[in-house]
Amino acid sequence: MDLLAHLAEGFATSLSPVNLMIVIIGVTAGLFIGAMPGLGSVNGVAIVLPLTFIVPPSSAIILLAAIYYGAMYGGAISSILLGIPGASTAVATTFDGRPMAQQGKAGLALIAAAVASFVGGTISVVLFTLFAAPLADLALAFGPAEEFALVLLAFTTFVGLGGDDVLKTIIMICLGLVLSTVGLDLISGQPRLIFFDQPGFYSGMSFLVLAIGVYGVGEILHTIETSKTAPQVTPARLTFGSLWLGIKEMNKLWRTMSFGSFIGFFVGMLPAAGATPAALMAYGLAKLMSKNPDSFGKGNIEGVAAPETANNAASTGSLLPMLTLGIPGSPTTALLLGGMVMWGLVPGPMLFIEQPDFVWGLISSLYTANLFAVLVNIALIPVFVWALRMPFTVLCAMVLVLCIVGGYAPSQKMHDVWLIAGFGAGGYLLRKADYPLAPLVLAIVLGPLMEKSFRQTLIAEQGNMMAFIERPLSATFIAISAVFFLLPLLKHFRRMTRRNGASERPAE
Amino acid sequence: MTYTLTRRLAIVATASLALLAAPAAAQDWKPIKPVEMVIMAGQGGGADRLARLFQSIIQKEKLSSMPLLPVNKGGGSGAEALRYLLDKEGDNHTIMATLNSYYTTPLRTDIGVNIEEFTPIARMALDTFVLWVNADSDVHTLDDYVAAVKASGGTWKMGGTGTGQEDSLVTAMLEKEFGITMTYVPYGGGGDVAKNLVGKHVDSTVNNPSEAMGFYNAGRLRPIAALTPDRIAAFPDTPTMGELGHDLVYWMQRSFVAPKGMDPAAVAYYTSMFEKLSQTEEWQSYMSEQALLNEFLTGDALQAYFIEERGKHADLLNAIGEGS
Repeated sequence: MDLLAHLAEGFATSLSPVNLMIVIIGVTAGLFIGAMPGLGSVNGVAIVLPLTFIVPPSSAIILLAAIYYGAMYGGAISSILLGIPGASTAVATTFDGRPMAQQGKAGLALIAAAVASFVGGTISVVLFTLFAAPLADLALAFGPAEEFALVLLAFTTFVGLGGDDVLKTIIMICLGLVLSTVGLDLISGQPRLIFFDQPGFYSGMSFLVLAIGVYGVGEILHTIETSKTAPQVTPARLTFGSLWLGIKEMNKLWRTMSFGSFIGFFVGMLPAAGATPAALMAYGLAKLMSKNPDSFGKGNIEGVAAPETANNAASTGSLLPMLTLGIPGSPTTALLLGGMVMWGLVPGPMLFIEQPDFVWGLISSLYTANLFAVLVNIALIPVFVWALRMPFTVLCAMVLVLCIVGGYAPSQKMHDVWLIAGFGAGGYLLRKADYPLAPLVLAIVLGPLMEKSFRQTLIAEQGNMMAFIERPLSATFIAISAVFFLLPLLKHFRRMTRRNGASERPAE
Repeated sequence: MTYTLTRRLAIVATASLALLAAPAAAQDWKPIKPVEMVIMAGQGGGADRLARLFQSIIQKEKLSSMPLLPVNKGGGSGAEALRYLLDKEGDNHTIMATLNSYYTTPLRTDIGVNIEEFTPIARMALDTFVLWVNADSDVHTLDDYVAAVKASGGTWKMGGTGTGQEDSLVTAMLEKEFGITMTYVPYGGGGDVAKNLVGKHVDSTVNNPSEAMGFYNAGRLRPIAALTPDRIAAFPDTPTMGELGHDLVYWMQRSFVAPKGMDPAAVAYYTSMFEKLSQTEEWQSYMSEQALLNEFLTGDALQAYFIEERGKHADLLNAIGEGS
């Protein structure tokens, strides 16, 4: 088979001793870059890109792939241990990863994240290997109407959660949508909601700033209040034996992980979306399909596995439009695209035909990078968990510093640091009033995408609303959204009638 | 001119430094941290690809002692980037890759930006525009095109970058010249526009050749006419608008600017960096492959060019009723 021959050739390059060394160095560096709030795969790849002009392109791409994957794994570490998303893609991992750590299950959460990342990465690379060309056509079939329907679907998975107060969820989504409109309008270029004429608002609300504020700072405030002097974080003990038990635990999560991989891969493949929306959608869907959705947000291992599978799958998925269409699906792939142009490679439909060596070398290095990333990650878990055994008073100050650094680093504006403080206080109050915070983050991530695609569709179709249901793909998504939206209502009614029946009987 | 002068000064300064051992190396400016390269457009478009190519060449040829970090700020037709540069006053480690929205965006919306205050660095090239349709389309010639647009009764979808940006101006020029109306659908960047034409979500585009080249080579897109004075070497069979009797020519400038108040020594450093870049073999061959015109310009002459172009675009915007 042609495909296998190409792949075998690719492996021959990526498994040479020098390249193996490069992979191990790359994933380890990536792991730490990803774990550091404020630094993500974009920074890692940007810093290393110039070095790649020294080594041959095949080794260079292996190094970049290793860092890319390493950073994806690393993002989960600070999300789980400290409650601060280490990278934007790991925002959804804080939802359940942090509560798990507080219950003394940090080790298990980290294993779940590592294994889930591995599964997500592997399934998506296999999909990539087998179906790159037809999938590229699917990405092309996604116009604005389809994008809108997909985002709508993501929202409904969060509304139809069951468990949480539906009204409060909708309020939080609306608040997030309002915040997401801050800044310059994507289509007309007009400024909107520039509070107090502060120039900082022109560039909009970064959702990472919101997430760090609400989860990082808000969490610390909450912990300080509830724990008074006693540390609430139970120090987790971890032996290699329990590592193995943790991996066995993952066996029960196959369904969540396979769904996460598919969603992640497909959403990551769409140039407009990327890994962060993918992780949030996978989380919403895992919760929707779970038998006890109430346990989500309170330390459910599935809530860690779903987003972690999805964000790794998405990082592979976003390579697909970059290689086949020349359109990067994420900021990091945009950087890789720049590197490829420099190596004399022209991404686009002809790349697979003209440069098979490069393409298959890259694909095979994704397999190796993924394998080594999970090994290095699991080997380092005891070290990470050990960090949690610091006294709470020390840890608390450290987390606060990391929150500020993480918020300041990407844009280097004090404006964002003040926003983090504001969101931290706001997040703390919302948590006290029992409002769910995940829908807020979801709305600010997906809001701009939803608004843009909605308006593009209406402009293109002369304001005809039926455009959304006239197209088969978007009609399907909208139909599923409607089901998700109505599901909690149905459940509610059934519960009502059952309860009525139950209360009437004793009266008889 | 300023560049050679400053460099000469720098040489003199270094020489005197060596002789006198005095700490007077102010002229010999070098970046001390990574340089942020702001891009006024989204990912995957012509401006973005070019900026990333520059970054790669600069790093490969070691033209800068510090790496360049590209940052996309394409929101609001580049208004996001302009505001950002305004806030960076006096910063020696920020440069911005511009396109024509450098003049049109401040003309259309009052965002408190006056481009005369920014520091010009270098114009690298002029880019061209081509009218494209999907390769499966029945449209083969300009006449087919005009007939098809007329038959659609205004529902013909022209995809392009943000409203008021280059693509929408070219669209307006076409509408005026041929007496047609189209529905203009704005997207985030040129790459996104090309993808939507291949996916048949729009009916035509006016992408720069570099944005459509990959799809063209794969046989997915068809060029109809070029908005250039001469035929583009990469598309020898595509007529120019002029050949077809329509005087339509429009360029896209590809320049770099810096914030207001940048240290003159730093300006000299970046100007010299881009001058060296413009002579590299990579850049020269890229320009000929992607149908760019080599029009290098720096300093005051560049600033004068910006101001002249701004005037022309003000007229253009007023003519189509888009001016503020």
